[in-house]
Amino acid sequence: MAEPVEISLSVNGAPRSAAVEPRLLLSDFLRQELGLTGTHVGCEHGVCGACTVLVDGEAVRACLVFAVQADGAEVTTVEGLTPGDGALHPLQEAFRDAHGLQCGFCTPGILMSMVPFLRDHPTPSEPEVREALSGNLCRCTGYQNIVEAVQLAAARMAAPATSAAAAAEAGS
Amino acid sequence: MSRVHVGTSPVRNEDRALLTGRATFVDDVQLPDMLHAAFVRSDHAHALIRGIDVSAALARPGVVAVITAEDLGDYWQPGPLLVPPPPIEGIVFNQASQVPLAKDRVRHVGEAIAMVIAESRYLAEDALSDVVVDLEPLEPVVDLEAALADDAPVLHPQLGTNLAAHVVQRHGDYEDALAAADLVIQRRFHYDRGAAAAMENRAVAARWDARAEELTVWDTTQAPIPIRNGLARMLGLLESRVRVVAPFVGGGFGPKIMMFYPEEVLVPWAAMRLGRPVKWTEDRQENFFATTQERSQIHDAEIAFSRDGKILGVRDFFFHDTGAYDPYGLTVPINSQCTLLGPYDVPAYHSEFRAVFTNRTTVTPVRGAGRQHGVFVMERLLDIGARELGLTPHEIRRRNYLRDDVFPHTFQILFQDFAPLYYDSGNYAPALEAALDIVGRETFRAEQARLRAEGRFIGLGVVSYVEGTGIGPYEGARVTVEPSGRVRVATGLGTQGQGHYTAFAQIVAEVLDVAVADVHVVTGDTREFGWGTGTFASRGAVVAGSACHEAALAVRRKVIDVGARVLGVDADDVELAGGTVRVRGDEGRSMPLGQLAGHANPLRGAVTPGTEPGLEATAYFGPDHGSTASGVHAVVVEVDPETALVKFLRYVVVHDCGKLINPTIVAGQVQGGVAHGIGNAFFEQLVYDEGAQLMNASFMDYLLPTSMDVPKVEMAHRETAAPLNPLGLKGVGEAGCIPTGAAFAQAVEDALPHLALEIREIPLSPNRLFELLRDASG
Repeated sequence: MAEPVEISLSVNGAPRSAAVEPRLLLSDFLRQELGLTGTHVGCEHGVCGACTVLVDGEAVRACLVFAVQADGAEVTTVEGLTPGDGALHPLQEAFRDAHGLQCGFCTPGILMSMVPFLRDHPTPSEPEVREALSGNLCRCTGYQNIVEAVQLAAARMAAPATSAAAAAEAGS
Repeated sequence: MSRVHVGTSPVRNEDRALLTGRATFVDDVQLPDMLHAAFVRSDHAHALIRGIDVSAALARPGVVAVITAEDLGDYWQPGPLLVPPPPIEGIVFNQASQVPLAKDRVRHVGEAIAMVIAESRYLAEDALSDVVVDLEPLEPVVDLEAALADDAPVLHPQLGTNLAAHVVQRHGDYEDALAAADLVIQRRFHYDRGAAAAMENRAVAARWDARAEELTVWDTTQAPIPIRNGLARMLGLLESRVRVVAPFVGGGFGPKIMMFYPEEVLVPWAAMRLGRPVKWTEDRQENFFATTQERSQIHDAEIAFSRDGKILGVRDFFFHDTGAYDPYGLTVPINSQCTLLGPYDVPAYHSEFRAVFTNRTTVTPVRGAGRQHGVFVMERLLDIGARELGLTPHEIRRRNYLRDDVFPHTFQILFQDFAPLYYDSGNYAPALEAALDIVGRETFRAEQARLRAEGRFIGLGVVSYVEGTGIGPYEGARVTVEPSGRVRVATGLGTQGQGHYTAFAQIVAEVLDVAVADVHVVTGDTREFGWGTGTFASRGAVVAGSACHEAALAVRRKVIDVGARVLGVDADDVELAGGTVRVRGDEGRSMPLGQLAGHANPLRGAVTPGTEPGLEATAYFGPDHGSTASGVHAVVVEVDPETALVKFLRYVVVHDCGKLINPTIVAGQVQGGVAHGIGNAFFEQLVYDEGAQLMNASFMDYLLPTSMDVPKVEMAHRETAAPLNPLGLKGVGEAGCIPTGAAFAQAVEDALPHLALEIREIPLSPNRLFELLRDASG
């Protein structure tokens, strides 16, 4: 067995250091070593996207990355989307309001895929949203409400002043 | 001014936890000192086990135990027969249920042979290859018909045959129908295997507390209570000392109700024996081999028509692949047999099937649970008949729908709940017209012609189905008003994304006139509620929802009684409003429900004899029959004849699941079901080779539909209330995927009317459709 390797990284804004086996997957490191179980593992071969996290701001499949590769990186998981004060990120809010989740297992990975997508495409068309979502599998929803949730989030993030009105409408 | 919640779509109570990563799924359970299990699985489909050498694995650092069948002693028992065969005259049923670990023979690829337990999952997996299993390969059984030949190798020598069951059911006299027929059509149809493919794989974690003598098991099961009862029996524990928790579960779709999977039996046993918590989480590849699957059937079907397109009778012989074992009895083929009749007036029916053991993964219900096979056969027969008779597919259906005045309607054949097939209510013909209106009956053909002139080929498929839902035996619920004023609801079935935390809350909130967000629902924890069966057959909302309703009504009566006493007025003068009980016409004299709950549970003084403390009640609901949902699916596809790619342009569903509790959740169930059905129709197929090896056991090779493949489903809800439950509910969980293959086949043919294309198999794929198009082009 290879010797453990010291790594230091930032996870959800907090510095973390650990000695890990070189073969330890980032997904297992986050879930088992750090207890951040919001990152889910659906296939362990990089297809389903459930384990998607942000590494230095970009969506990455945590099951295809070793923890040692994240040494020095800034990692954000679903737990880090909000400051933890009970507020939801606009994407989370939109997924709730548009019924964009059923069992919710794939949801963290989808949220983490959509964060950089909306950053880079603040006003996406529906085909653009569908293409961006196509790397994440969902068995429950049939995707439609996820597409609509992402569009709703984009609209609210583009016009934050009207988000309360939109929320009222969506919840009515 | 009580608030209406049933029929509205509030945001879901469960979403905050799921969206913030705080929801606990089984693999999230981490306990001090926990060990991890991994399984040595057969890489042969059929073989004798000559020997197992675990010594090298045991010697590996970090490995704590390696368990084989021999180590289990008397604990090694074949699993229970979950669903006994219905009492059908002349039925043959040969039982062979799965075993915890293969002892002398393996019967499918992926069957568990040994369990390795180590300090980490990584170490446990390292040790798998240290276990040396000496297998003597046998000839595998793959083909359903060859399996029944006299010289076929036999999976279960004690049975002496690969025949798992032979069932004949009749309604009316088919021979008479045949004699009177103007047109008889005979065809062979194939419907091949698919995976349930829940995004969360299975997982089991167990902790044995030796001081409390209590076993806690976290399990991704759809049926926590039967799992608890079975484990208690097998382990010699009181049921009350076994707690099974199905926390958030990442999709079920049927296979998670199978019991017992070997891992469910072995992980708790290992935790007790080793005195340390043990967890096992399936990986995706294991899921493809070790989680049950569904589908392979071959039907030889015949339909007799009169000249005007009326169905006189149907005769169907089919083979059903039950895989290596048949613990789930005959639920799937009986669903196929019964659901074939659909919404149609079929005066004579002869249906006969043979269930066959093969060296493939065991078959148990997967969303739709065999219903789609029957629907596919019937709808295809109607389409072929329509073509022969010069009718449109819509017209032949119109001529055969059961009229709306025949309900309740009973057939002589037995359904999966052992009762005669019973349609409680329905109104079928208007759904077809509604679907055609949404598609645009005038505009579609014009558009089709216009595109055809451009060299583009679009087609329309419109089919009908019924779905028996909401069957018994029963579920229960307990409703409690807590001193905080919040309401707690506990029910026994598990939840896998259907929105039970919200739908049940709506039912209770409406009865008690409180906010939906103030109703806290617990499902799937046997410590919270210990009676019930499970989530299957689109029954959760119907059966458990009705129990929640009954329990809430009982609490409401208590609220009125205690409120009258506390407020010093007659019960008739008390009303509930906005979380308070008050004197009618005197709003100043009121008390919040929470405070009233304190009065119902006094620390001093006397409680009236014959009453129970607390604002709490438990109720059970068991319907006499299931309730029959129905609907029409219409799909518009575009076929590229060069590449055989098919695009789903539009998908219309007009469905009737009785009264809607939460229209948004219902729509989500339908949309998701259609996606599953689209997968089964054109993307997903478990491909086995002649050695019964699964060739595509990964998401790289087994294609689930993505956001690029599934269109927005345009929906219309019809609400024919079910008479057999207080809220008029019917189930909806499976409806989306049941007729999809049939609709798809009709649409592809409609797109290419110049070809003699007749689709008699599902799933298709671009490859397979390309072959069919080539053959049809001559």
